[in-house]
This record gives sequence, structure tokens and C-alpha cells, in this order.
Amino acid sequence: MKAIPIEYYLILAGVLFAIGILGVIIRRNAIVIFMAIEIMLNSVNLTFIAFSSYLGDISGQIFVFFVMAVAAAESAIGLAIILALFRKKQTIYVDEVNTLKH
Amino acid sequence: MNWLLITFLILGVLAIASALFTVLSRHPIYSALSLIVHFFSLAGLYLSLQSQFIAILQIIVYAGAIMVLVVFVLLLLNLSESEMKTLQGQSRRGVGIALIAIFVIILANIIMVNYSQPTELTSRADLFTAQSIGNALFSSYLFPIEITGILLFTAIIGALVMAKKKLID
Repeated sequence: MKAIPIEYYLILAGVLFAIGILGVIIRRNAIVIFMAIEIMLNSVNLTFIAFSSYLGDISGQIFVFFVMAVAAAESAIGLAIILALFRKKQTIYVDEVNTLKH
Repeated sequence: MNWLLITFLILGVLAIASALFTVLSRHPIYSALSLIVHFFSLAGLYLSLQSQFIAILQIIVYAGAIMVLVVFVLLLLNLSESEMKTLQGQSRRGVGIALIAIFVIILANIIMVNYSQPTELTSRADLFTAQSIGNALFSSYLFPIEITGILLFTAIIGALVMAKKKLID
């Protein structure tokens, strides 16, 4: 069975990364921005796995493991920040949180 | 048509569609549910790349732990209907140009580099098992994994401190 070219996986990861950037730019809800960041992290993971599999090297899998650990820590901290923000300001829309501006 | 290509196309279209729905859907709970579909399709892509351990880890960590946290926070905050403020004409054009520029840069990088022809995938089905990944993690990557443990511990304490009620008032 002939393997498909690695460029397919890389182009798919690029499209997913661009979608994640789109979400970070156009959305106001902090939780949706958070999910868009997860999409970007996952697209990078996909390139890691693709290179690791095509080169026969295990380092890519290890990096994906560490990225997942950092994403888990980031989600715990980020959601705690969102909770604290909601208790303080009664909103999670990022354009209404402008305390540092004044 | 070989089966690998068909699998890749189905999973890739599913991943792109669910990512777009996550970003563009009006209510955040729909975003969260379609993000779960996105994680499962990525796990399928990892399986097509012979990485069983990472695929299972993807489902357990992302679709299990992280999405439970996100949905929990969504339900806890009990938001009213989220309105989607549409971008004005000027900034919409700016966003479009920026996105297209980023995507073209990524695409040019992919096309310009000449990758070596992939070998047969089926010959290394036993390369990325949990055993070999564990061996690598606890021999040559021992120090990074200890640091990761400290990072997770700090994250737990930080989340506890920040989400406590008393500190806010």
C-alpha cells in the first residue's frame, strides 16, 4: 500500500492553524477564544506526528506528549481566570474587560 | 484510490468542518460539542499515521478532561444568548488579508521544501507503542518529564488559588 505524501498532512495542519487564528481574531467570548487556541495547538501536534511517523523518529511523539501536558495546565489556569473574571465583572466578553486601559 | 487516501480525506474534511463550526457557531455550547468531534477526527488521523498511543491520549486528555472542564465552566457561568458582533467593513478586510497572508506563507513553506519520498508505513507499526514511548520518556527525556510534573503541580495550585471565592472580594 502506497503511503500518501506528507504534504497533505502539512496542508491540513496549516488550514487548521489558520482557522484557529480566525477564531482568536473574530470572537469576543473568552471561552471560544480558548477553544480556538486548542485548535491551533492540535494543528501543531498534527505536524509533529506526521513528521515523526514519516521519519521513523520517536522524538515527535514525545514533543506531542509535552504539548498535551502544557495544554492541560493552560486549560486549568485559563478557565480559573475566566471564572474569577466572571465573578468580578459579570462578563466574559473580552472587549468589555478594559480595566487596564483606564 | 487507496484506502489511506480515502480515510485521510474523510477525516480531514471532518476536522476542517468541525473546526469551522467551532469558531463560527453562535452559541458556545455548540462550539464545545463540535470541538469534541474535531478531537476525535484528529485522533483518527493519528491512527492513520501509526501512532496508537498518542491517539488514545488525545481522546482521554482532550475529549475527556479538557472538554469536561470547558463544558463545566460554560454551564456554571449560565450566560445569556451570546450575540455575535459582526466586524465592520474595514476590519473585516484587514482580518481577511491577514489570514490569507498567514496561510500563503505556510503553504509556500510547505511547497518549497522538497521532502524525501515516504517509505512504507506498514513496516513500522510497532515503532510507536506505549512501551517504546515510555522507554524514551523515562530514559533520555527524564529531566523534561520531571519539569512537566512540577508544571502540572503549579497549575493545580494556581487554579485553586484563582478560583477561590474569598480572594476576589
